[in-house]
Amino acid sequence: MSVPSGTTGSTGSTGATSRTGATVDTLAFATAGSVDDGKSTLVGRLLHDSKSVLTDQLEAVERVSASRGADAPDLALLTDGLRAEREQGITIDVAYRYFATARRRFILADTPGHVQYTRNMVTGASTAELTVILVDARNGVVEQTRRHTAIAALLRVPHVVVAVNKMDLVGYEESVFAEIAGEFTAYATGLGVPEVTAIPISALAGDNVVEPSAHMDWYGGPTVLEHLETVPVGQDPATRAARLPVQYVIRPRTAEHPDYRGYAGRIVAGTFRVGDEVTVLPSGRTTRISGIDLLGEPVDAAWPTQSVTVLLQDDVDVSRGDLIVPSAAAPALTQDVTATVCHVADAPLTVGQRVLLKHGTRTVKAIVKDIPSRLTLDDLSQHPHPGRLVANDIGQVRLRTAEPLPLDAYADSRRTGSFILIDPGDGTTLTAGMVGDFAAGATACGR
Amino acid sequence: MTTVASTTAGLPTDGAPHLSHLDVLESEAVHIFREVAGEFENPVLLFSGGKDSIVMLHLALKAFAPAAIPFSLLHVDTGHNFPEVLEYRDRVVARHGLRLHVASVQDYIDRGVLRERPDGTRNPLQTLPLTEKIQSERFDAVFGGGRRDEEKARAKERVFSLRDEFSQWDPRRQRPELWQLYNGRHAPGEHVRVFPLSNWTELDVWQYIAREDIELPGIYFAHEREVFRRAGMWLTAGEWGGPKAGETVETRLVRYRTVGDMSCTGAVDSDATTLDAVITEIAASRLTERGATRADDKMSEAAMEDRKREGYF
Repeated sequence: MSVPSGTTGSTGSTGATSRTGATVDTLAFATAGSVDDGKSTLVGRLLHDSKSVLTDQLEAVERVSASRGADAPDLALLTDGLRAEREQGITIDVAYRYFATARRRFILADTPGHVQYTRNMVTGASTAELTVILVDARNGVVEQTRRHTAIAALLRVPHVVVAVNKMDLVGYEESVFAEIAGEFTAYATGLGVPEVTAIPISALAGDNVVEPSAHMDWYGGPTVLEHLETVPVGQDPATRAARLPVQYVIRPRTAEHPDYRGYAGRIVAGTFRVGDEVTVLPSGRTTRISGIDLLGEPVDAAWPTQSVTVLLQDDVDVSRGDLIVPSAAAPALTQDVTATVCHVADAPLTVGQRVLLKHGTRTVKAIVKDIPSRLTLDDLSQHPHPGRLVANDIGQVRLRTAEPLPLDAYADSRRTGSFILIDPGDGTTLTAGMVGDFAAGATACGR
Repeated sequence: MTTVASTTAGLPTDGAPHLSHLDVLESEAVHIFREVAGEFENPVLLFSGGKDSIVMLHLALKAFAPAAIPFSLLHVDTGHNFPEVLEYRDRVVARHGLRLHVASVQDYIDRGVLRERPDGTRNPLQTLPLTEKIQSERFDAVFGGGRRDEEKARAKERVFSLRDEFSQWDPRRQRPELWQLYNGRHAPGEHVRVFPLSNWTELDVWQYIAREDIELPGIYFAHEREVFRRAGMWLTAGEWGGPKAGETVETRLVRYRTVGDMSCTGAVDSDATTLDAVITEIAASRLTERGATRADDKMSEAAMEDRKREGYF
């Protein structure tokens, strides 16, 4: 029997199977859009028309819709799960949904549209490979569309879809779609978004969400679901310089394993092989990999995103928080960090504030030295020296850390280029950080 | 500047091998276990003998191999548990040399602290023994097998979910969870609920059990059992309080999709006696796991949210 070239033989993996038995992969994606653009309806429609909603869930929606006097089931009720959300008819917090088709498995981060929940869109986008931004065909590209597109660009989400919704309310006119698609694409491309796909839809009527529309013969592209099923996934970080943040030291101290000392972690980039010369940061000690265990099984090599345990030839001092890298491709160590940040806490971030910075598995003390600018998301202009950032602000920050950190630029690595700031007093997550200046595109548009 | 020349030499031209989605889920769960072991003083793993907690234990064993799991287990015993499940629990604990804590609902009832509900279900009664055990043993991280696909309120859960000193969940004050940077900071008395299976679905759990050949209690597979009908579900007859007058016991071929308290967990008609047959059955089912077998979730539209707010897992 031949083994597909992509299968890891050592784990004995047989691959995942969908409900129809085919091998599948996973796409993590996020939704964004203004309030009342029909985001919950789109999500409900995707779940419903891909037959991912089961009978008892649909019955619950029908029961509640009928008790409110609606003639048709309100698909938004499938996703708004909290009491307050149902009461107010809005989405408050990110929810994660799961569905699968024969071709792919999907993790959907369903994010709220309100301006005051911009941080939740940042949360959803941080792990997404694709963002669907909804636009109301009657209103076109509005401030919130620009804000969400800018966030997708800053977070370097590889694929952006603009779904022009409510086409049924503009007579399914091609010219309306073409104008919005053109304006959006020009704006997103200017921000450095690498790929934009525009799709005319009606989430309420089901046009071009799962089934092709009978009302828009002029549109020859994919439906939303077809696009989600076929967009290429995985940025292949295996070809980048290898990075292993050490999470935990495994020392059994048993009769069977008296001298075992393994460094456990999840590979975030690159390939590690037995025999590779590696450096442990921040100490800078150099040694070789003498063994790699993949969850109990010895292997010759390991890749992202495998959780592994690495054994080293020399008895160097390694502990949680260290980063193991190839000696020939080590990042520079620095205590002065320049980053683009999104402030996610209610209390502001101010110049002079003392914080904790978590990067990979390492948490260090840091101080906010300067806040050079704040981005005005409406027109992408930069407001100089705002003094502080409040909830949902995006800005530039300069930090000084108590210990040197091995930082990559976020543009090179979403994993080793990102960090969070934490309030040392109460543990609140304050700020999402991306190492480096504003994305090149955003700066170019920053006027 | 960084260069990649030395590390890419010898790489296959098509890059890294493809990891199946089960490989990715496994790797993510292991990462979460190790983060907790690295950041917390006194974690504990909720273990009910149900399939989700059995998968969690299997993942934890792999995460720290060849060393032992660096934390203990906690079972909330409702007093209405299936004997097959308790037997399985004790066997697994003994085999791996684990330490098991038990929080007993029956003790609370016997002491008069909790009162039996008129409907006989003990599921909502688990919250107090659980939260008091967490406080008295000073557990600072509690692993639960909750999956976001189970229920609308669970879809909103974080992987690391802070609970206050009363073990309460406030969905409006959750920490944003960015990239894979989990924030485990907490004040004394607070703890963090941790959900390594957040991104798994019911089908993923069963496919993983099949791939790893994990042993389960027999009640997950079709067997003949004395059951009676209540609120549209087949409940096991037993000393816990069923059947009542007017409810008739019959012997049927059934299996369990979830394992909880006997008073509120229903069996489903099934002839699936093997893992493959179970997977085929679940893939074809038009009912969710909890919709098919859990009476307590049907109490109100926000039943799960309300119980989670109070400290339920």
